[in-house]
Amino acid sequence: MQLEADLYLPPGLAPEQRAPALLLAHGFGGSKASVAQDATAFAEAGFVVLAYSARGFGASTGDISMNDPDFEVADASALISHLATVPEVVVDAPDDPRVGIAGGSYGGALALMAAGYDPRVDAIAADITWNSLEDSLFGQSALDSDDLGAYKSLWSGLFFSSGQAPRPGDDVTECGRFTDAWCAAYVRAATTGTVDADGAALMRRSSPMSITDRITAPTLLGGGQADSLFPLAQVSANAEQIRAAHPDAPVKVVWHAGGHDGGLASPDAVTDQLRSLTIDWFRDHLADGPAVSTDFLFARTEGSALSDRAAGTFDVIAAPQFPGLQGTSTQEAALAGPPQQVLAPAGGLPSAISSVPGLGGVGGLLGLAGVGTALGGEQQTATFVSEPLVAPLSIVGSPRARITIAADRPVEGATVFAAVRVLDGAGLPRLPAGLVAPVRLDALGPEPVEVGIELPAVVADVAAGSRIALTLTTTDQAYRMPAGPAVYSIALADPTVVVPTVTGTPVGGTRPVWTWPLLALGAVAILALVLLLTGRRRRAAGDPARLDDEPIVVTGLVKQYPGGVRAVDGVDFVVPRGTVLGLLGPNGAGKSTTMRMMMGLITPTSGEVRIFGERVRPGAAALARVGCFIEGPGLLPHLTGRQNLDLFWRASGRTGDPRMDDVLSIAGLGSAIDRRVRTYSQGMRQRVGIAQAMLGLPDLLILDEPTNGLDPPQIKEMREVMKAYATDGRTVIVSSHLLSEVEQTCREVVVMGAGRVIAQGTVEALLGEYHEKRLEDVFLDLVGVGHEVTTRGGAG
Amino acid sequence: MTTPVIDTAHRYQPRRTLTVRVELVRQLRRRRTLIAFGVAIALPLIVVAAVTLGPSSSSGGGGFGDGDLDLVGLATSGAWNFALTMLFFGSGFLLTIIAAMFLGDSVASEASWSTLRYLLAAPVPRRRLLRAKAIVGLLLTAITLAILVLASWIIGALAFGVAPLSSPLGGSWDTAESAYRLAIVAGYIGLMMLIPAGIAFLMSVLTDVPLGAVGAAVVIVIVANILDAIEALGDLRRLLPTDYGNAWVDALAPTIAWEQMAIGASYSVVLFTLLVVIAVLRFDRKDITS
Repeated sequence: MQLEADLYLPPGLAPEQRAPALLLAHGFGGSKASVAQDATAFAEAGFVVLAYSARGFGASTGDISMNDPDFEVADASALISHLATVPEVVVDAPDDPRVGIAGGSYGGALALMAAGYDPRVDAIAADITWNSLEDSLFGQSALDSDDLGAYKSLWSGLFFSSGQAPRPGDDVTECGRFTDAWCAAYVRAATTGTVDADGAALMRRSSPMSITDRITAPTLLGGGQADSLFPLAQVSANAEQIRAAHPDAPVKVVWHAGGHDGGLASPDAVTDQLRSLTIDWFRDHLADGPAVSTDFLFARTEGSALSDRAAGTFDVIAAPQFPGLQGTSTQEAALAGPPQQVLAPAGGLPSAISSVPGLGGVGGLLGLAGVGTALGGEQQTATFVSEPLVAPLSIVGSPRARITIAADRPVEGATVFAAVRVLDGAGLPRLPAGLVAPVRLDALGPEPVEVGIELPAVVADVAAGSRIALTLTTTDQAYRMPAGPAVYSIALADPTVVVPTVTGTPVGGTRPVWTWPLLALGAVAILALVLLLTGRRRRAAGDPARLDDEPIVVTGLVKQYPGGVRAVDGVDFVVPRGTVLGLLGPNGAGKSTTMRMMMGLITPTSGEVRIFGERVRPGAAALARVGCFIEGPGLLPHLTGRQNLDLFWRASGRTGDPRMDDVLSIAGLGSAIDRRVRTYSQGMRQRVGIAQAMLGLPDLLILDEPTNGLDPPQIKEMREVMKAYATDGRTVIVSSHLLSEVEQTCREVVVMGAGRVIAQGTVEALLGEYHEKRLEDVFLDLVGVGHEVTTRGGAG
Repeated sequence: MTTPVIDTAHRYQPRRTLTVRVELVRQLRRRRTLIAFGVAIALPLIVVAAVTLGPSSSSGGGGFGDGDLDLVGLATSGAWNFALTMLFFGSGFLLTIIAAMFLGDSVASEASWSTLRYLLAAPVPRRRLLRAKAIVGLLLTAITLAILVLASWIIGALAFGVAPLSSPLGGSWDTAESAYRLAIVAGYIGLMMLIPAGIAFLMSVLTDVPLGAVGAAVVIVIVANILDAIEALGDLRRLLPTDYGNAWVDALAPTIAWEQMAIGASYSVVLFTLLVVIAVLRFDRKDITS
């Protein structure tokens, strides 16, 4: 017989220093590896942790005997003896280490059993485990009944199949890793739904109920509020039996939002809650940690209806002590409904679905919504409904009801599943935690039998105005039912259902919901701060001396695009006030790029443009004194020309007179100004675009190829407009690739080629310098022959 | 030079440039705006026609969550449920596209019309332009959502009466509670639209092609939805903002479960802010070559 185990030492334990020990037992189907996270956490909390694989699991040898005192429990004692020899462990007496045992489910039962059999155990923590294996696997919720319960076929099958996998190299057998005795008991139960005397004795030996009267070690008992395998009644039985035998033994009961059904809340949050409680418990009872109150904790859950969410939040509520399943007080709710006949269908199909073992997450949905908790067929359920509640009702514990039941023929093992459901209005009833209470009668015939029912222990809130219903269903897919059909007559023996409640105070829980928006608010504030810091306005220093006489000063302007192309390569020029200046150059000379930099649309790689002394940046205020027309008009096609001009003026942030009439006469569109721009010709758009640039008659007008697309009379007219515009102190810059254009309109000219200024000055001076040649020839000389100069329109 | 220069600059105020009101006027007359509003009215009409004229069936089926939540089956029970069902239909795709359209088209369409450079040269400060664009885009999306709800309610009331809201999760409420629940659902769906809106807005700044911006946003949302449907990804899916798209069903529970909605709403608000901040920082430095 060999057990595999890992020893975890507290980090930072000094040499010669000793710490109390924890024996860590795993759940059914697990191994020492499945508790590694817990082991690490407990070691970090200051305990020497021995995590081991029980016999039959992991690499440990031996056969599974379901925590039999002679086998698994004896193994635990051997491990405790081993711990006494570990030099890091505190020892109370020779062969008696300071040791606690912690475990959940299968491991939880081991903790209880070991505490009952081995007096050296100093404290235990047992989560979601059984008190009586027989009561757990054969559910019986009829009060004061000696009849065998209804066999939990689905859970038992799942439970046992995880122990039936052969060891590597072994053949598949019906017994797998189980001992022959357990295998026989399981086969009998699975095939007949019953248990014989040997099986019952076997289960009793492996049930804490056989030894709870011997447990004096401080005991922390956890129970899952979503657990149809080892329901809260099992946890309650363990607590009450220990308390009855040893009133002074510290026992703390915690109902949490988890359980074998998956749980109603985020599994991580439940794990965290239990882990820190367990650590506190052992620190109190194995070391000199602060005292842990033995108050009773339970969880109010709130789950999402989203189908893929196991998560949910919970609040932890504390009551001074564990009151048992009947709560600290009870309320009665009156039920009504005539006697009803229900069908137990042949073969038990179709069956209602309440809990779905092993499917975490579905439990959350079922518990919240009751959707999917199919009731089989209408004829399979008897329902007794209350009036709408006048006050909210809090159910904490097991409600009780009394019914009478009879069958139309003798039935062996007649079974009904009772539940309290909540009707929140017209919708489907919801079944708290998806739990039902099986009631099985060994024999039932036409003679009515009165049965008291202990309904499932739940924590559920019912709002005022909602109703509660007692339902009795003849089928449930998780249980074995009689094969033959029968019709049961069910009536209320007592028109009230007794509902227990516990008054307590909230003491914590998961992260409250409002932390999410709060975190979001913080993140948004940080992002807003980023904007604020990056957006701080840099004040441009104006140069008052050059303010008005030189509306535009371009200094060392360079624009290099990614890839190294220099569209503008060191441009300097000054535009004097009151002139029409021509920016002349072939396509691709950098004229439009220069103009875009003048308007703050493109950021120069180096150099600067100053307009009325202010350095141009995106949004520079001086730009408000500039009207521009660059590379074609920009108009909203779904609006008319007039609406475009009007909205542009309103968007431009300028007040005062837009001089709309002057501008409209320049556009010269007549009544077409009130047509949608979509219908305009290229020339019409061009004219509206130029008109838009002149709105408010700005001090500086920048026009890029303004005559493109205009017919000769319009070109002539435009020349006159530009000349007239510059007469009263305003300045105009016109770019063109057409010499004739510049020659006839401009007094000053800047000639550009390949991103540089090739020549500048007055038209007369330029002509003089080149010995009275025609300007066209001068231009061709300057830019080099071969450039396409006159044939193409469009951008330069 | 006797005439004094007319100094227009001192009469320029950045705060008066491209106000929300002006931007709203510029956008409201667009055909696509009116089409979006029209679709929001047409959808409930089409569904009413389909339900009343189509072959009768006892339950609508549909819904989501393995068919457990039968929203569609309850749609014909009254105006409130009909409006809820239309919201459910709309939230899947229609509103996503509309939000992506209003935000994705915002800057890119100005670029494609060449109006962007004139606005910026006016000069509308760049951030102010984005502000007006984002506010108006969100406003139009919200108006479409409101039209969808109101039109659905009115059309539902005319077709099926005004019976109060019945929840597919069980329960029915009085009129005040029905209005409260429906408002939460609509508000939450509106907040979730910030995700396509934010992606589209960033795209709108990055590209000059309006359809490209809208399309990219819709594609990203669809890809996120596909990833969300791959169960093998497990809890990784919780990181997808679209994973919380249906959390509004929790507003239909007997007691409202806020957690998933709180996460989803917080997520989408933060994501939207982040995308907008990136868009602003990008636009601050962008060379306007359109």
